[in-house]
Amino acid sequence: MKNTIADRVYDFLKKYPPFDIIKKEDLITIAENVIIAYLEKGKVLFKNDDNRHEHFYIVKEGGVVLKKNELADAEIIDICDEGDVFGLRPLITNDSYMMTAIAEEEALVYGIPIEVFKPILAKEQNVGLFLIESFTSKTKNPFTKKYSDDLYQNTEALNVGEKDFQELQVIRYTKDPFCIDKDDLVIKAATRMSENKVGSLIVVDDDNLPIGILTDKDFRHKIVTGMFSTKVPVSQIMSFPVETFKKTLTVTEAQLAMVKNKTGHLVITEDGTDQTKAIGILTEHDVVISQGNSASGLMKAIRRSRSSKELRKIRQQITQLLKGYIFQNIPLTIITQIIHELNEALTIRVIEIALDRMPEKPPVQFAWLSLGSHGRKEQLLVTDQDNALVFEDVPEDKYEEVKKYFLILATKVNILLNKVGYEFCPADMMARNPKWCQSLTEWKTQFSHWIHHVDNEDILYSSIFFDFNRTYGNKEIVKELSDSIFSATEYNPLFFTLMGRSALQNPSPLGFFRQFLVEQDGEHKDMFDIKARALMPLIDGARILILSHKIKSVNNTAERYERLAELEPANKDFYLSCSYAVKALIKFRTKHGLLYHSTGRYIVLKELTKEERLKLKRCFKTISELQELIKIRFKVAQFL
Amino acid sequence: MRSWFKKKTKIKYPKFWNTYKSYFEKEELNIPLKDVTFVVFDTETTGFNYANDRVLSIGAVKVIGNIIDVKTSFEVYLDQTAFNPETVEIHGIMKNTKFEKIQETKALREFLAYTKDAVIVAHHVYFDITMMNKVLERNGLPPLLNRTLDTGYLFKKTKAINTLLKNDRGYSLDDVCKELNIPIKDRHTAAGDAMLTAQAFLKILARLKFKPESTLKSLIRK
Repeated sequence: MKNTIADRVYDFLKKYPPFDIIKKEDLITIAENVIIAYLEKGKVLFKNDDNRHEHFYIVKEGGVVLKKNELADAEIIDICDEGDVFGLRPLITNDSYMMTAIAEEEALVYGIPIEVFKPILAKEQNVGLFLIESFTSKTKNPFTKKYSDDLYQNTEALNVGEKDFQELQVIRYTKDPFCIDKDDLVIKAATRMSENKVGSLIVVDDDNLPIGILTDKDFRHKIVTGMFSTKVPVSQIMSFPVETFKKTLTVTEAQLAMVKNKTGHLVITEDGTDQTKAIGILTEHDVVISQGNSASGLMKAIRRSRSSKELRKIRQQITQLLKGYIFQNIPLTIITQIIHELNEALTIRVIEIALDRMPEKPPVQFAWLSLGSHGRKEQLLVTDQDNALVFEDVPEDKYEEVKKYFLILATKVNILLNKVGYEFCPADMMARNPKWCQSLTEWKTQFSHWIHHVDNEDILYSSIFFDFNRTYGNKEIVKELSDSIFSATEYNPLFFTLMGRSALQNPSPLGFFRQFLVEQDGEHKDMFDIKARALMPLIDGARILILSHKIKSVNNTAERYERLAELEPANKDFYLSCSYAVKALIKFRTKHGLLYHSTGRYIVLKELTKEERLKLKRCFKTISELQELIKIRFKVAQFL
Repeated sequence: MRSWFKKKTKIKYPKFWNTYKSYFEKEELNIPLKDVTFVVFDTETTGFNYANDRVLSIGAVKVIGNIIDVKTSFEVYLDQTAFNPETVEIHGIMKNTKFEKIQETKALREFLAYTKDAVIVAHHVYFDITMMNKVLERNGLPPLLNRTLDTGYLFKKTKAINTLLKNDRGYSLDDVCKELNIPIKDRHTAAGDAMLTAQAFLKILARLKFKPESTLKSLIRK
């Protein structure tokens, strides 16, 4: 039977996630059961505390605003336009609604019957993932685990982005590994190892299943030290339990597994569990040779390199490595750590090369400070340089000479870094600038001036310096400098208020997409500045909040929020959602930058998928709440 | 006089007509608007001549309380080859159609069972109702008993009609959709037009600004 209307509903639904990935016959069933609701402007579809509907909704035409409650000044949670799904709560829990949906303008919405949709959801996990994403983008708690459990009570962990793993190289391991029975004596094991020139043996039980591993290290620690005699069974000195993996293990997974389990040997078994026979062994050495540009391989290469040319090549390889990490969905915390360590090592190497090229050794102690994103340990893509140099105080008559030495050194470092790929800072905030290459006392005076005689530019400067990181040189000088900065901010509410004001400079981006959609057929083809609009408010917010708690050792924005969550248990969930948002946005920016070979800062809205928009929107909501908190806590309102 | 009445009641109608008729036994004009069932419908015909042209398809949706349930939509294609006078040119869709076609009588029976005592809404309703009544007549049945509403007429009620504005004219479904911002799709299929008309009807109702407690009576009086 022909059903023109259901066909039209189908045509519409299939354009939007999650319906775009539902099988055709299932989607037709859905379309045939949709209800179409017309909402005049201001019409309430459901209210906070209303009982659950039998449908969830997707906007066909017009706009629907989701608010905390129906009062005119209630906080806006989201604005939905064509293709946005909302009212998902009945799909996920049995509670009543926690928000109010009102037609912001005349709207037509499709109601998708839960009863028809649920069986399809059970089949299609990706659909569920999208809906959870969408649901949580409109709820306070961004941690989706709980809800995904509710949706998939009988399934195991969700396979996020499985297809991304296909790109990964499968690691080559040593096949037919040497094994030894658990009851064999240590001496026999040692003989077998030296005869076969191997560094390890897999210890197996009576059923030939792997139960442990014996390596050179075990001999060193347990036999040579006299702890055990050579006449005990190997099971006494073996390392266990053994970490077993499937043969489809990728290079990156292998690396991570080794780091996580603090072991240099992984056992490959038939099905990946320790309940099947060992078919191979994988050592750190395999990992290193299987990929020249692994993190540890690159680290070694950095230490061995002698010129900016070599380092430039390595820097490009770091970007390749980053790309792999990002598209494999490795947790961002791990990615940033690894990439930061590499960036740091690279900068250190550059300084060492520059020092080698100086005619003489530094006259006094000094330290090289990395500022900005590098200082916060969250620099992933290559950005502009932001750095400074501080040197020990010297008698007045020596000052000129010492300063001259460090300026020459700094200039060399800046030029080398530039050759490696880090552009010069357009504002010249670099150590080669005499203003950014000063003695300890000069720096202290400078900060005191910035903090006590604040104007807007000063706030900018001092903000940068709260995120500094000692990359090279003397620890004591740096500690003294940061102590003095922090003590200057104490008992200085005006400073915090002004810093708060500067953190609020960029208004919350919520509702931005709505505006964009309405004005699409005009001159409004702006790009979205993810750094200024989304990341900076979070970075600035973390800085001022952590400073107000007088914590100075944490520079990384996500870590700052995690620390804040510990410090203020009442706001724990909120701070964790901030930390999540920072990571999501950095990842988003990095992905975008890698895709378009840019810094990822400016995002072309048209090219975003619905899912990406949802992700962004979820972060925006956190940002606006953060700004509210700062406004109140640091009494910024009077200045706005 | 009495004998005239007797003669009338003597005509025996088929069961489906009597069932249909039974829905109209008590008429209720005081039901709240939000509870009224509207059947918004449209017909595709071979032309505009009531005597010679034929209904090719009927499409309809039910509107209850601002909601259209896709499940309750109605769409039939009629097999008109037997009735076609040679003078009538049949549209392309007719000849090559790949959908199931049913006999006029069956279509009629299904339409009456679907519509019951609902208020019938159509754009330029007089035309579609007359075409349907011709079908009934050919099948030896009296005309439709339903109350009818015309979206063309109702639409004009939403506007300030003024000779200076030169807007006292007929409004086609295209005009109405354009003014009400309804994206036009599937124009000139019965179901597609019924859907467009239903959207127009909902938007017009909103613009007529009924009170929440308004009843069908206030709409009929417009």
